[in-house]
Amino acid sequence: MTIQISRQVDARGLSCPMPIVNTAQAIRAIGSGELIEVLATDPGSVKDFAAWSRTTGNELIEQSVGDGVFRFVLRRK
Amino acid sequence: MDEPLNLVLFSGTDDKLQAAAVLTAGAAALGKPVNVFLQYWALDAFRANRIAADHGLAPEAGRDGRAAVDALRDAGQASWADTLRQAKELGGVDIQACSLSMDLLHLNPTDLDPLVDGVEGVTAFYLNAGEGQVVFI
Repeated sequence: MTIQISRQVDARGLSCPMPIVNTAQAIRAIGSGELIEVLATDPGSVKDFAAWSRTTGNELIEQSVGDGVFRFVLRRK
Repeated sequence: MDEPLNLVLFSGTDDKLQAAAVLTAGAAALGKPVNVFLQYWALDAFRANRIAADHGLAPEAGRDGRAAVDALRDAGQASWADTLRQAKELGGVDIQACSLSMDLLHLNPTDLDPLVDGVEGVTAFYLNAGEGQVVFI
């Protein structure tokens, strides 16, 4: 099954808390159940996205890292 | 998450305002209401004609701290004012000027940057703070 991303947020190079802030803003543009993909280089973003997902109910369904870039896929609540 | 976060900003240096802006934006992204109350030198930093100026750093920053802050800025870190603007776009962020500090600094509401939503006294601040945490910066 391939996942379909509805929207992407490129937060590479941005420092805390901008990856989360930009994602919170962008996720409003997609529908409930749709997916958003985020790229970030802030090392704090790993714990931040986990916490944001838990608090807001937007599910973190994928997470990976490569070449210093963290990738997150979240499903809008 | 319904109780607001209440930040009282007293210091007007860029590092403390940056820290406050980060706390504000983080809470706003979580959907937490944030009340910001501006007193003394923090309020002075929100003057419309001075908000983008260099407001210096806390004394403990020293020369190395200055260099570190400059490096982050040169790498493209958003200013505290821009961070607050973005936090306000998320909604739930209310920024009020302390009326006593307005008198102290001889300020009119029109002297302030549009980031500031209004002027209120400390009683109104506590009323809006409810049972939420109050943080003094």
